[in-house]
Amino acid sequence: MAAAGAGAGAGLVALAAAVQDFIAGQQDSRAVEVAAGVKDGSWTVLQLVEALGSCLESTDPRTRGRGIQLLSQVLLQCYSLLQEKEVLHLVVFYENRLQDHHLVIPSVLQGLRALSMCEVLSPGLAVSVLKAIFQEVHVQSLLQLDRHTVYSIITNFMGTREEELKGLGADFTFGFIQVMDGEKDPRNLLVAFQIVHDLITKNYALGPFVEELFEVTSCYFPIDFTPPPNDPHGIQREDLILSLRAVLASTPQFAEFLLPLLIEKMDSDLQSAKLDSLQTLTACCAVYGQKELQEFLPSLWSSLRREVFQTASEKVEAECLAALHALSACLSRSVLSSDTEDLLASFLSSILQDCRHHLCEPDMKLVWPSAKLLQAAAGASLRAYHCVTRSVLPLLLEQYTKHPQSSQRRTILEMLLGFLELQQKWGDMEEEDESSLLLLRAPVCSVVFSALTDASVQLQLVGIRALTVLGSLQGFLSPSDLELVVDHLIRLALCEEDSQSSEAAMEAAGSLAPIYPKVFSGCMVPRLEAELQSAWEEESSRDHCSLRQRCLQALAAVSIHSSIVQETVPVLLQYLRKVQKGNEAGNTQDVISVCQSLHRVALQCQQDTEGCWYYHQTVVPCLLAMAVQAAMQESTHPLLGKALLEEEVLAAMVPVISAATTHLSPELAAQSVSRIVPLFLDGEVSFLPQNSFPCSFKPFEDGECLEAQRRLVILLMAFVCSLPCSVAIPQQERLLRELLALSCSCNCPFTATTAAKCFAGLVNKHPAGQQLDEILQLAVNRMEPSLAEGPRRMQALTLLLWVTKALVLRYHPLSSRLTDKLLGLLGDAELGPTAADGFSLLMAECPDVLHKGCHADVRIMFRQRFFTDNVPKLVQGFHGAGPDVKANYLKGLSHVLNHLPKPVLVTELPTLLSLLLEALSCSDRVVQLSTLSCLQPLLLEAPQIMSLHVDTLVTKFLGLTSSPTMAVRIAALRCAHALTSLPTTVLLPYKARVIRALAKPLDDKKRLVRKEAVAARGEWFLLGSPGR
Amino acid sequence: MVGPGPGGGAALENANPLIYRRSGERPVTAREEDDELPDSIDDREIFDLIRSINDPEHPLTLEELNVVEQVRVKVNDAESTVAVEFTPTIPHCSMATLIGLSIKVKLIRSLPERFKKMNSARLDLGEERNANMCRGKNRRVTKLPTDCFNLYSKWRRNQ
Repeated sequence: MAAAGAGAGAGLVALAAAVQDFIAGQQDSRAVEVAAGVKDGSWTVLQLVEALGSCLESTDPRTRGRGIQLLSQVLLQCYSLLQEKEVLHLVVFYENRLQDHHLVIPSVLQGLRALSMCEVLSPGLAVSVLKAIFQEVHVQSLLQLDRHTVYSIITNFMGTREEELKGLGADFTFGFIQVMDGEKDPRNLLVAFQIVHDLITKNYALGPFVEELFEVTSCYFPIDFTPPPNDPHGIQREDLILSLRAVLASTPQFAEFLLPLLIEKMDSDLQSAKLDSLQTLTACCAVYGQKELQEFLPSLWSSLRREVFQTASEKVEAECLAALHALSACLSRSVLSSDTEDLLASFLSSILQDCRHHLCEPDMKLVWPSAKLLQAAAGASLRAYHCVTRSVLPLLLEQYTKHPQSSQRRTILEMLLGFLELQQKWGDMEEEDESSLLLLRAPVCSVVFSALTDASVQLQLVGIRALTVLGSLQGFLSPSDLELVVDHLIRLALCEEDSQSSEAAMEAAGSLAPIYPKVFSGCMVPRLEAELQSAWEEESSRDHCSLRQRCLQALAAVSIHSSIVQETVPVLLQYLRKVQKGNEAGNTQDVISVCQSLHRVALQCQQDTEGCWYYHQTVVPCLLAMAVQAAMQESTHPLLGKALLEEEVLAAMVPVISAATTHLSPELAAQSVSRIVPLFLDGEVSFLPQNSFPCSFKPFEDGECLEAQRRLVILLMAFVCSLPCSVAIPQQERLLRELLALSCSCNCPFTATTAAKCFAGLVNKHPAGQQLDEILQLAVNRMEPSLAEGPRRMQALTLLLWVTKALVLRYHPLSSRLTDKLLGLLGDAELGPTAADGFSLLMAECPDVLHKGCHADVRIMFRQRFFTDNVPKLVQGFHGAGPDVKANYLKGLSHVLNHLPKPVLVTELPTLLSLLLEALSCSDRVVQLSTLSCLQPLLLEAPQIMSLHVDTLVTKFLGLTSSPTMAVRIAALRCAHALTSLPTTVLLPYKARVIRALAKPLDDKKRLVRKEAVAARGEWFLLGSPGR
Repeated sequence: MVGPGPGGGAALENANPLIYRRSGERPVTAREEDDELPDSIDDREIFDLIRSINDPEHPLTLEELNVVEQVRVKVNDAESTVAVEFTPTIPHCSMATLIGLSIKVKLIRSLPERFKKMNSARLDLGEERNANMCRGKNRRVTKLPTDCFNLYSKWRRNQ
């Protein structure tokens, strides 16, 4: 007890000392201690007030101010600990102090701010504080920070004492208007605007002060504020604009004052003011109604019209159209009573009156602005749409027939298309009896069909787009129209000279097919099949060749809906069989086209589980059967079916099988894998269609005559490497061993590479564990001796590359050992160049295996990781290497750098800069090219570092502009262009020399080189001139 | 139905110059990508050089104002001659000289020296003052785009 008393006594002594230091000693840090004392209970606020006693009564305003400052700072920290009674006394004290000397006021306001955050504030105190502030303080003569304190007090009270403040009625609003009147600081304005916004949206009484409140805020409109450079507060012009707009557009009560202001500012010369006015108008339309707008509609419309007709700025135009759209939407929303005028109708009729005639004028000058205005108004509501289109659509149709020129017709049709697209927004049109569009079905269709048969490609393209839109309107096209549509699409897709039209027609067919699957599968597919058939039977002249290709593309394009896929896939496969049986020279291209079409179909039905399974079940066995058949015939009839075994044809089948497999569900994939793996391992052909083969299928067995069979491993690769990870592969160990053996022993590079890729694809997905370690050990054991010497070093290197890639991708620990082996091979005279190129294989995305799409295990940062792990070794190797193999290291390095994301590159490159400069002197084309493409972004993004080497860079770049390789010349000129982003003072000494040297590539034999030379030289000419 | 519009809309019509569609980037052909085959300098290539020059009074290119057109560009690569005709947007356009100069400077900088050596007068910058080609009235001269001005002052200095 005594100890506590002594403690308290000592505490008070410490308090008195701290207070003394703060007030007399001007030590601001003591305030923290005093506050801490209150928090941990060493002394109370009351004791603090007592300790302050004498200085609060001092006659010197500075001492009084200092005393109150200490009290306020403590309160700001401890307001939550105060009792209701204490708060009452403090409030009364502070209110009285508001009348004190002006030096004291800032601290008093701080104290009130602390008290405004108290939860235990008794009812009535908030009102009395505010009244005192409104009465005693002239806020706008205070400093910015103190004004901000006042706004904070008001904000705090509005947050917690809304009901009490509302009791003040309009007096509160009036008081606040006086507080903020004349505010200039953007930081305070943001708070003040928020308060006004709350006043309005929380329904405080505005009383007779609506206009005053509007005046006090609207005087800032349009906001003209540029933040000072290095502004620490980070207030942007946009923040102020948005918060002021929120205030102005918050209530219809402002409408009568705001709308004239907006109309006036739309006429401003400042584009920013125009944009702000238009955007504010758009925002207002969300809360306004008919009543507010009525009076101002004519002048609003004439301002908007003037801007759209006159402006050169797309932004202003877009905002005008948005505002018109909002106006029209606002009027459409209003409920009509029987005695009021329908403002929407009269507004739209004035728009129509002003725009309609422009649509008919022969020079078509203001056609587009008018059409855009009409479309903006029509897009607001269904009622507005009917009102506008009732008058405009017949006019456009009439104009189309009046204008014979295709360019004018195109413009008219594009406008018509705009209106049709709006109709899409309103969806179904069957319920709408009075729908203006349905009444115009016949003329609209005839206009669109006539555009499709026009000679002008541009008009055709618009026609095709219009056709797509018409087709997407449910119930618009009648069955007979649809037949015509199909006719036109087939004609355009197959026979139109211009490839643009043909592609557009196929795309249109693709988007209409899922809407009318019956029409397309019943009508379009048979027609295409017949065309394909007849094109095939004709002599294969050039024309028919392209006709066949277009048929195939069109068949693929319409295969969107599952019912259509079931029609088209058999057609494509049937055609493939026919081509395979023929033995003409052009067959290869035909087979590849079919495969491309099949691939497209596969991609289109991936998302649909059943469609995907149907496709997989139909296509994969069929392709395998044809390939197996061809491979077996190869030994007996070398000529038959040869096309199917060519490398490029097999490569074209890979994406088909892969795409048909990646999205299979695991159960179905397991079903399929249990048939296909035994086919390759044991020759189980029973599941293939037409499976009576002359001999057995044994791709993994030795024997000269089986060469053709071995090639088909690529089809196995396409399948097994695309399977989802969860699917177990039967006899995987055996399969891996066979693949490994094939890749090391096969003499044919195509087969060996394929086997290596397939092995790598499987290893990448193989779950970690002993089995994987064993198979990898086996692979290393086979590779190492073959790499060291012997006839199959190249095959061993290929295998090494692919296995390394598979392991690098999944961060397998063995990958670093294999990469080191690869780095060692860079010094090999025979394998070095290939090993260097291998680095590009490691870093690049591979199209057929080991990518995300086929479920490979790819870590996202593997490239960066590879870079940090191996680039130091590459650099070290380069410095230690003999002169004849140095280029290999540079090449490897440049491949790694080329595939690294550019932002990473820019941070890492400065350390490698000296090496890159050396690489520019390397005679290897690949090294030059990739070094130049590394340096170009660096010149743009790190000009300071680069300017240290400007002499070397200029000399090397200019030298490379006469390289024999076009790509190098282009890259060198791009770098010379990028040089201009270095500081001008560094470049000026070289200006004359560079300009003279760049005259030569201006006369380069290649146009693409000349183009770069012109750009680079032009930029060098401008160096150092004013205004650049 | 067809009649003069009420109020301001009709009176302001002419303040707008007609804006023409830009011909997009020249597509790169397979031939152009072949390292061996030479590509001669053709009309389109010259047109591409000058079409992006800004007009002195509008924030638009000469192509968009139809001041230059591809059909009015003639080049003979073998003889190293170029002729460009351009159409000022109004007769007696005060900017015509500046436009001509801009085109000329652009060509001097962008064409091989053999074109200049022949005779720079061969850069035949004819003006066609055809009343039918005139467009727009009430144009105000606004400030010159900086690159045009730079070309001009540079060119003066190089003489």
